[in-house]
Amino acid sequence: MNKPIYGVMAEFDSPTELVAAARAAREKGYRKLDAYSPFPIEELSDALHLHHNKLPLIVLIGGIVGGALGYLLQYWVSVVYYPINVAGRPLHSWPSYIVITFEMTILLAAISAVLGLLALCGLPMPYHPTFNVPRFALASRNRFFLCIEAADPLFDMARTCEFLETLEPREVSEVAN
Amino acid sequence: MPDEPQVIHSPETKRIIAPGYTFGTVTDQIATVVLTKKTPIFWMACFAVGFGLLLVFLLAVAQLLFRGVGVWGERSPTFWAWDITNFVWWIGIGHAGTLISAILLLLNQRWRNSINRFAEAMTLFAVACAGMYPILHLGRPWVMYWLFPYPNTMAIEPNFRSPLVWDVFAVSTYATVSLLFWFVGLLPDLATLRDRANNRFLKFSYGILAMGWRGSAKHWSVYETASLLLAGIATPLVLSVHTVVSFDFTIGIVPGWHSTFFPPYFVAGAIYSGFAMVLALAIPLRAVYGLEGLITDKHLDNSAKVMMATGLIVGYSYIMEAFSAWYSGNVYEQAAMWHRMTGPYKYQYWVLIACNVIAPNALWFKKIRSSPAILFVWSLIVLVGMWLERFVIIVSSLAQDNLVSSWGMFHATRWDWATYLGTIGLFLFLFFLFIRLLPMISIFEVRTLLPQAKVDEEAGG
Repeated sequence: MNKPIYGVMAEFDSPTELVAAARAAREKGYRKLDAYSPFPIEELSDALHLHHNKLPLIVLIGGIVGGALGYLLQYWVSVVYYPINVAGRPLHSWPSYIVITFEMTILLAAISAVLGLLALCGLPMPYHPTFNVPRFALASRNRFFLCIEAADPLFDMARTCEFLETLEPREVSEVAN
Repeated sequence: MPDEPQVIHSPETKRIIAPGYTFGTVTDQIATVVLTKKTPIFWMACFAVGFGLLLVFLLAVAQLLFRGVGVWGERSPTFWAWDITNFVWWIGIGHAGTLISAILLLLNQRWRNSINRFAEAMTLFAVACAGMYPILHLGRPWVMYWLFPYPNTMAIEPNFRSPLVWDVFAVSTYATVSLLFWFVGLLPDLATLRDRANNRFLKFSYGILAMGWRGSAKHWSVYETASLLLAGIATPLVLSVHTVVSFDFTIGIVPGWHSTFFPPYFVAGAIYSGFAMVLALAIPLRAVYGLEGLITDKHLDNSAKVMMATGLIVGYSYIMEAFSAWYSGNVYEQAAMWHRMTGPYKYQYWVLIACNVIAPNALWFKKIRSSPAILFVWSLIVLVGMWLERFVIIVSSLAQDNLVSSWGMFHATRWDWATYLGTIGLFLFLFFLFIRLLPMISIFEVRTLLPQAKVDEEAGG
């Protein structure tokens, strides 16, 4: 925690250079690294081995819970808690419960997708060390960044900077913690 | 050999983004609309109209609360009239936004990237306007929460076998999911605005909303999964909402309502009117803000084609409606259809046929689809036609039902007009606030449309 810096960051002009740099850093053996880009890049997830996440499972569970809750709510209200006899029709008339069961499935699945997204990304996070680099504001405009973190076992200030320089970035900067 | 593919790809009109844009210029052009201190006169004028009509709406609602639902022209037997017409009309308009953001995403239609943001905003505000009507029609809108099942001291609960309760769940789920989808789409763009704002207050506000988004590859990877999942969730939802709205009618036994083809008929009509609203908003906006390079003629052309296709489905539905009324052999169904065509509401019926069946056929012609001015007028015709369709279905069926002695006409009062114009005001007010405060085009999705966004694996090595 008392590491003086968070990592070293290199700035690139194009997605192609960033993907190539990320590949090279992985090949070199760096594992604690992250790339920053103004739009999603499929090849980048590939280069950083980021293809699996738990979001689909979270959404599936949210949907199942929503559907079950929706059906049980209607069953309990219509059959147990407040039965209304409408022209002698059965209290447990399941076809008429389908719509609300469906809507509750959708609702909870969508809410769990959004909360799951925020949780898996660790957001909201108002402060992050990368924001200390002034040029990092361009990561949401037109520049592409690769950051090798100090937490990486191979990290060595001089050698990592040297390695990043070989990738021909626009600029290499230290990221203060 | 290398020349051949170029010949195939050459037609200029196929472009979904004008040539010459870079990541930087795309970002600046869209973000400047929000971050500039200058506000165009067009915005001022539209906002003023919206705000003025919003005040009319407040006046109409105050009337309704003080004097009761009787200020509207709803008398026996037409207890549903403009309010439900407007509800169905607004909800339908909202459908195009979800269609563009969800269904076209799943179908990998990349042209959607530059129109999905404001179309989704349109959805949200249209649903807000729609929600006003059933709530105000309750008579005691301040206890609208009784519609939801919650533990209460009255020991009563809603009847889940009623389509009106289904509608409560369908519309509130639709509003919530649309809001979530819209917000998730906004996150990266809010981060852009945070990084580009040079005023502390704006930086702070957009910063709070962006939640610390920093474009990390780890985040993008989850984000892409989330967008796909939300699109997958929203797709059945958008088809279900108007289906459930149509259940309000089909589950009843009123002649002219009680038919099984209402759900697809309503959904097609919803998308038809929704794309009309997308065109009616996009055409002036892109002209005023100089966004023709991002919302290109190709977008208008595609939207017009969707509008025409759904319009033809609607036309087919009118034919089927008349056919099944005749083929049913049920005298009441036949009479309801006959009254609709020749009875007291015949003018509305034939105008709607002209607007929804005849007018869209003009869109077969490329000349018409490539003229923004004509498309703008056509989209207004479609919006009028779809409003009349809902009016005729609802009011003409109620005015002349099974029992001749209970027939009666509906006459709109000035408060019906005030409420209707008022929700148009609410819509314009919210929409133009959105235009001024948030990016109206999804910046990060437009960046992915640029040729330089493609990773060149060979060159990268």
